[in-house]
Amino acid sequence: MPADGGIGAATIRREDVRFLTGTGKYTDDINIHGQAHVHFLRSEIAHGKIKGLDKASAEQMPGVLKIFTSDDFAEVGGLPCGWQVTDRHGEAMQEPAHPILASGKVRHVGEPIAAVVAESREQAQDAAEAISVDIEELPAVVDMPGALEDSAPKVHDDLTSNLCYDWGFVEENREAVDEAIRNAAHVTTLELRNNRLVANPMEPRVAVGDYTSASGDSTLYTTSQNPHVIRLLMGAFVLGIPEHKLRVVAPDVGGGFGAKIFHYAEEAFCTFAAKNLGRAVKWTSTRSEAFMSDAHGRDHVTKIDLALDAENNFTAIRTETHANMGAYLSTFAPSVPTWLHGTLMAGNYKTPLVYVNVKAVFTNTVPVDAYRGAGRPEATFQLERVIDKAARELGADPIALRRQNFITEFPYATPVALEYDTGNYVATMDRLEDMADLAGFESRLAESRERGMLRGLGVNCYIEACGIAPSSLVGQLGARAGLYESATVRVNATGGLVVMTGSHSHGQGHETAFPQVVADMLGIDAGMVEVVHGDTANTPMGMGTYGSRSLAVGGSALVRATEKIISKAKRIAAHLMEASEADIELGGGQFSVAGTDKSVAWGDVCLAAYVPHNYPLEDLEPGLEETAFYDPSNFTYPAGAYACEVEVDPETGKVSIERFSAADDFGNVVNPMIVEGQVHGGLAQGIGQALLEDCVYDENGQLLTGSYMDYAMPRADDVPFYAVDHSCQTPCTHNPLGVKGCGEAGAIGSPPAVVNAVIDALQRAGHDVEHIDMPVSPSRVWHAMQG
Amino acid sequence: MKLTDSRIITAPRSVVWSALMSVDVLKACVPGCREMQGTAEEGFEATVVQKVGPVKATFRGLVTLSNMFEPESLTLSGEGKGGPAGFAKGGADIKLEETPEGTKLTYEVEANVGGKLAQLGSRVIDGFAKKMADQFFERFKTEVEESVDDPESESGASAPDRQAMSEEATRNGGQAKKSWFAWLKNLFGR
Repeated sequence: MPADGGIGAATIRREDVRFLTGTGKYTDDINIHGQAHVHFLRSEIAHGKIKGLDKASAEQMPGVLKIFTSDDFAEVGGLPCGWQVTDRHGEAMQEPAHPILASGKVRHVGEPIAAVVAESREQAQDAAEAISVDIEELPAVVDMPGALEDSAPKVHDDLTSNLCYDWGFVEENREAVDEAIRNAAHVTTLELRNNRLVANPMEPRVAVGDYTSASGDSTLYTTSQNPHVIRLLMGAFVLGIPEHKLRVVAPDVGGGFGAKIFHYAEEAFCTFAAKNLGRAVKWTSTRSEAFMSDAHGRDHVTKIDLALDAENNFTAIRTETHANMGAYLSTFAPSVPTWLHGTLMAGNYKTPLVYVNVKAVFTNTVPVDAYRGAGRPEATFQLERVIDKAARELGADPIALRRQNFITEFPYATPVALEYDTGNYVATMDRLEDMADLAGFESRLAESRERGMLRGLGVNCYIEACGIAPSSLVGQLGARAGLYESATVRVNATGGLVVMTGSHSHGQGHETAFPQVVADMLGIDAGMVEVVHGDTANTPMGMGTYGSRSLAVGGSALVRATEKIISKAKRIAAHLMEASEADIELGGGQFSVAGTDKSVAWGDVCLAAYVPHNYPLEDLEPGLEETAFYDPSNFTYPAGAYACEVEVDPETGKVSIERFSAADDFGNVVNPMIVEGQVHGGLAQGIGQALLEDCVYDENGQLLTGSYMDYAMPRADDVPFYAVDHSCQTPCTHNPLGVKGCGEAGAIGSPPAVVNAVIDALQRAGHDVEHIDMPVSPSRVWHAMQG
Repeated sequence: MKLTDSRIITAPRSVVWSALMSVDVLKACVPGCREMQGTAEEGFEATVVQKVGPVKATFRGLVTLSNMFEPESLTLSGEGKGGPAGFAKGGADIKLEETPEGTKLTYEVEANVGGKLAQLGSRVIDGFAKKMADQFFERFKTEVEESVDDPESESGASAPDRQAMSEEATRNGGQAKKSWFAWLKNLFGR
């Protein structure tokens, strides 16, 4: 194994050279000769009836090519939803139509009403201002429980109510859970809100549609985490373009965090308009548009009950959540509060009974879908907050209470349908106590007090199900797609390799980590391996990157394809050395015959495959290229324990994070530097949610946090130097790399640690504060301290 | 947000009332008003240029008078569209009471914004609405008081008229009207 570039090496990310020197090629860098520009006229009203639209004078404006409205899309499908949830009563969820351009009604601020295509972006923008839209404003639905009242206005007139679904899981346990709670020695109840977030990738969304009339081929360049999924959804369900006539390219993408998974109206529009006009059509989102058109995240309102027996063993968990869907169902929205949330409610604990009820609600807000962690942060937050509250009520040590209830034997079947293959929660907690120096907390507390500051310590655990996932399972759960991954390994004649992966890198570091896997298996230098991704024309069908799945699923496909390469290369080597295939060994880039000094180099075998002068043509094809698809048998279950220490200024309520420690078990690690970076980024987003970020609507459905003046993103001075460790490794038992995924852990595990620490600080100072909703802003903390 | 304030205007209530009906008075008093046309019955079309927080825009819209109970109360509402800047809506419930000094004008103002104004400027809206209301009613007070001092002024009623109106008000004492109002208020539950 090459020490500097194989599995386990902290190889510097090769893609960073272009990202850091401004030479990346993003979608906005793609300009096609003769391209036109589109500007979307978006609704500034949250809910209203479109009574008229006058575009006559706008059409006469300079440079305007065409103004599209919903009428132009009469023959085209709406945006599809990729996941169907079946409710408690066996009924399918309510699924409203989702038009490309608003039809009849507008349902959220930012919904596109008309699209102006012009020679320049500025001309399109000017003409859009000249369109007059007559909208009769209707009362907006914003508040979630209120949306389900009989008197509430309906977001979709053709649905029976604003309820998308009323999901119960596991429904058969409902009564048993109620009874366990009734009979419990102690029940802790907590009501909380998981704040609505905006994903805010650094690069806003962009789409460029192109059409070649001679061949009838359409191409879409787009900022996507999963170009094959977009090709499938847009081609088959929206525009009716067969896949061989549609190419989707997602080049360098500057962050996604979930918001670039989904199929958006702007992508379909640009592809459609390019064909309609015979011109390439480009759209680049402004930051303002991103706030009101990128899918938002979280937005759950939850009540959780934790029942314990007299010995402080958890006996039952019951949770009721209202989950905001926004005005339409975004691509995977229904799965987030259900299968990505309810199945995680057991956490790291052996609670025998769990019941999760989720009411998904339509409101006049931007659609809500997966955002880093997707459902799992919501599950972790409520569970780890209620455990902390229970410890306080019972006078128990919060760490000891957790340890007492840890799952310790694996595999473990949870009462919410998952089977954890492996883990060691005691080990990560041990590691955490050590690295966070919990023993030294009291002296740091005293030191803070001397300076007049309050200090608190918050600890929590998390588990997530990622590397999604087995297609057969997700199919039963309502997914309308498979969730395998793919890889093609192409060996060139002179020994270099190209890996074509169906997953997608938008910051994850595939171009560095995937070659490490191949180099390790072949014993060659990682520099001989190049990664191609993001273009449906030259990568095998894959489901893309989200849910911490690239390495666990895509990397496993890569292992399988590389194994096929090795198998064939050994046959070629056996022929070249006139030996038996069974005797061929591969090591250090050399094929050798066991027990002899005969060997051929990797490069000689590759050359023989493509220049087959001396080659077993009668039983072996020339060439050396293999493809593998990998569909795992289970999710992977990264887990860990986090500790946060905060200081709270008693005068202002300002919280500052003084220490943050994360002990994670990600199974095997391919590149520890990339893993550390992923954890750092996830922690920053989790701390952002806990302290700063909040997407706010007023009662009329107006978005009040539409820029960075009002939506507070974490900055460098809001986060501490992290202590990050992933030395506790229980390798995944069912994928060939033994990896679990690390992309979401930080964002899942950190919010409860922060809030637990703030509550601890206030309690230690004598304030009887049980909970503060996120973001734990100075004003909220100050008000809580005032009682 | 709702904000309430009042002004004492040294003019008879009927004069204050008719000033509220006057396109010229309103035009002079609405801060940033560039144009205003129309009548109290039909509503006034107005063009107003204003800077709200970071957003400067020309708002075109309609100012309407409603809930009119002469000469005691009315609602003044305006809705302006600022093109890409979004829209602003505002209303003022105005009450006029006779006082020894003249007329006490009490107003309760509410302002809402939408579109880009809400996304970028919501945090400054309350302060903006207060400033707009203060400016409007301050200018209005000045305008009316000046018109009373200047009998030729278009918006002010002539001195004998004022005398007559004032006498009528005293004679009826508003007593009959007040009970009628009470009945109406009960009816509408206000």
